[in-house]
Amino acid sequence: MIKIEKRNDVSRSIYFLTPVLAIFLTLFGGGIIFYILGFNPIEALKFFFITPISDLYGLSELLVKATPLCLIAIGLSFCFKSNNWNIGAEGQLIFGGIVGGGVALLFYNHGGFYVLPIIILSGAIGGMLFAMIPAILKTYFNTNEILVSLMLVYVAKLLLDYLVVGPWSNPEGFNFPETRQFSESARMPILFDGLRIHAGIFITLITVFLSWLILYKTYLGFQIKVSGLSLKTAKYAGYKGKTMIIIVFMISGACAGLAGVGEITGPIGQLHRNISPDYGFTAIIVAFLGRLNPVGIIFASLIVALTYLGAETAQIFLQVPKYTGQVFQGMILFFLLGSDYLLFFKIKFLGLKKNEL
Amino acid sequence: MYKLFLRSLISVLFLLGFSLNANAEFKVGFVYVGPTGDHGWTYQHHEGRNAVEALGIKTTYVESVPEGADAERVIRQLAQSGHDLIFTTSFGYMDPTNKVAKDFPNVKFEHATGYKREHSNVSTYSARFYEGRTLLGHMAGKMTKTNTIGYIASFPIPEVIRGINAMTLAAQKVNPDIKTKIVWVFTWYDPGKESEAAQALIDQGADIIMQHTDSTAPVQVAEKAGVWSFGQASDMQRFAPKSILTSIIDDWAPYYVERSIAARDGTWKQQDTWHGLKEGMVAMAPYNSAMGSDLVKEVEQLQKDLASGKAHSFTGPIYDQKGNILVAEGAVADDGMLAGMNVYVKGVEGDIPQ
Repeated sequence: MIKIEKRNDVSRSIYFLTPVLAIFLTLFGGGIIFYILGFNPIEALKFFFITPISDLYGLSELLVKATPLCLIAIGLSFCFKSNNWNIGAEGQLIFGGIVGGGVALLFYNHGGFYVLPIIILSGAIGGMLFAMIPAILKTYFNTNEILVSLMLVYVAKLLLDYLVVGPWSNPEGFNFPETRQFSESARMPILFDGLRIHAGIFITLITVFLSWLILYKTYLGFQIKVSGLSLKTAKYAGYKGKTMIIIVFMISGACAGLAGVGEITGPIGQLHRNISPDYGFTAIIVAFLGRLNPVGIIFASLIVALTYLGAETAQIFLQVPKYTGQVFQGMILFFLLGSDYLLFFKIKFLGLKKNEL
Repeated sequence: MYKLFLRSLISVLFLLGFSLNANAEFKVGFVYVGPTGDHGWTYQHHEGRNAVEALGIKTTYVESVPEGADAERVIRQLAQSGHDLIFTTSFGYMDPTNKVAKDFPNVKFEHATGYKREHSNVSTYSARFYEGRTLLGHMAGKMTKTNTIGYIASFPIPEVIRGINAMTLAAQKVNPDIKTKIVWVFTWYDPGKESEAAQALIDQGADIIMQHTDSTAPVQVAEKAGVWSFGQASDMQRFAPKSILTSIIDDWAPYYVERSIAARDGTWKQQDTWHGLKEGMVAMAPYNSAMGSDLVKEVEQLQKDLASGKAHSFTGPIYDQKGNILVAEGAVADDGMLAGMNVYVKGVEGDIPQ
């Protein structure tokens, strides 16, 4: 007979330590997988987690990769904290990219310091508007935001496909599905010569700080937290639920849109069909691994970014299949959810009682 | 003190990075857009890599590299980790390849299907797949009962349009009544979309299915529906043994071997390669005997003529859909026209998506 009981006394320090535990369990599990695949586990883990960041270029790439993940996850934390399940950050990222990219093409061959800020702002607004669709449908028509936001991802993808194949394709590009390369004035300034790390990282850091401010120092943040803990309490307290739902989706969408515009004006420099390798979905893992906490999310985004880089390096040096990166991401989430379960619930093994026999 | 620490840390990291690169052995790197098991495009590049490896040259590959921001890092990592020659095997790697090439003048780069050679260490290469399409057109024109040829196309780029036109022209030559119906799937590899497209074409009366996409899904759908089909990029015969008449095979091995040896021996030079049946970069899988020995003989002869230059896929007169003349009687289209082809020839249905 097994009995599962809820624990009432979960300490805060353990709550924030379990992600670390999950990472160690993932390393251990990963080592076992490498061993089974016939690699030396220590060597493989070294190529996976240390080699990619053993030089400046690697560190810069880590930040390039972590920047969009961190931005999106921060936005998602607003939604998730208040029990709103925005699964469509990928679509909001793409839509933000489309709007920002459209503006960048509009300013093709325009100089001027104002070009980039306008592009960035329009990208954020694009993502924000796109995220408002599931929010408004949820508040006024009672639709399920998970389904709506997820399905809108495909809408955004197809719209991007249409634009880069058709009206926005590079006139000198032989019909290849991509736009022109944006002008220099529309590109994120590169911070160091020869590296790809760009000014987008400052946008991310500012966003993280503002999020922390909103979540922990404002009335809105308090409302978000209360709604997440208990919707009924929030109702009794008289919070305007509908407005809040729309606001968290707007914040979340704006962050995803910023991530999209950061990618296209940063490392990519144009619009094409593959502006995001599913950052919007991976950011869900990042948000939970970071405990929906701004600082936690910074660390989580670095770790998840490292699994991407590691998968490439391990493949180059050891010819480990590339999909091990995804296996690692899956394992991190699995161990995190698993240890969360044990954190919040007690499992009691009781002997069989006589009368049950 | 803090600054000193930071500075020494950075220099140690730099040294560490360099020591990893200090490797004199000649190595060749490959960047693939799909998985090596796609049995189409990437599979054939991987076969080419195996041929290089068989020479005793060390090779590395990275598969399923997205054509976005990640490509540049992967290419750079290969360059940084001591690879002397790097093949980037998809169009989307064009700008990243050129960007990395600028920073690594001693590394040679080979970009497939692109047109930018911004630095002297970048070559481009592609195959005259359209010659294979001419052979398919000949067979399709002879084999169709409904006079409707279904064509699954990926993107409206010159390479794909060239294939559609070459096929249609050859089919018209043997059967003036044929129509080419096209479904654009806007992907190179998506078994789901490709099989839906194949089914849609069959439903519209096509009894020949051909594809300019990489999965084996269309030929499998054709096999089930009992219509003829053609494999793409690699010999797909075992996926649809009854339905497949032949496959166009991209054979990159000889080129990869030649270029690898040249790079190793120091004789590598920048070039733009466009090889076809003659050089063997385009090859045909065995012809299905179900089409009859006469037709097989005809096609084999045509294949020989295309290879020797006696026949050309684009011999005039060629008209566009509106009836304007594109290539005059007796003339053949030059490579410049072929490279930028963006109109359909007469007999193709529909418009090019713009």
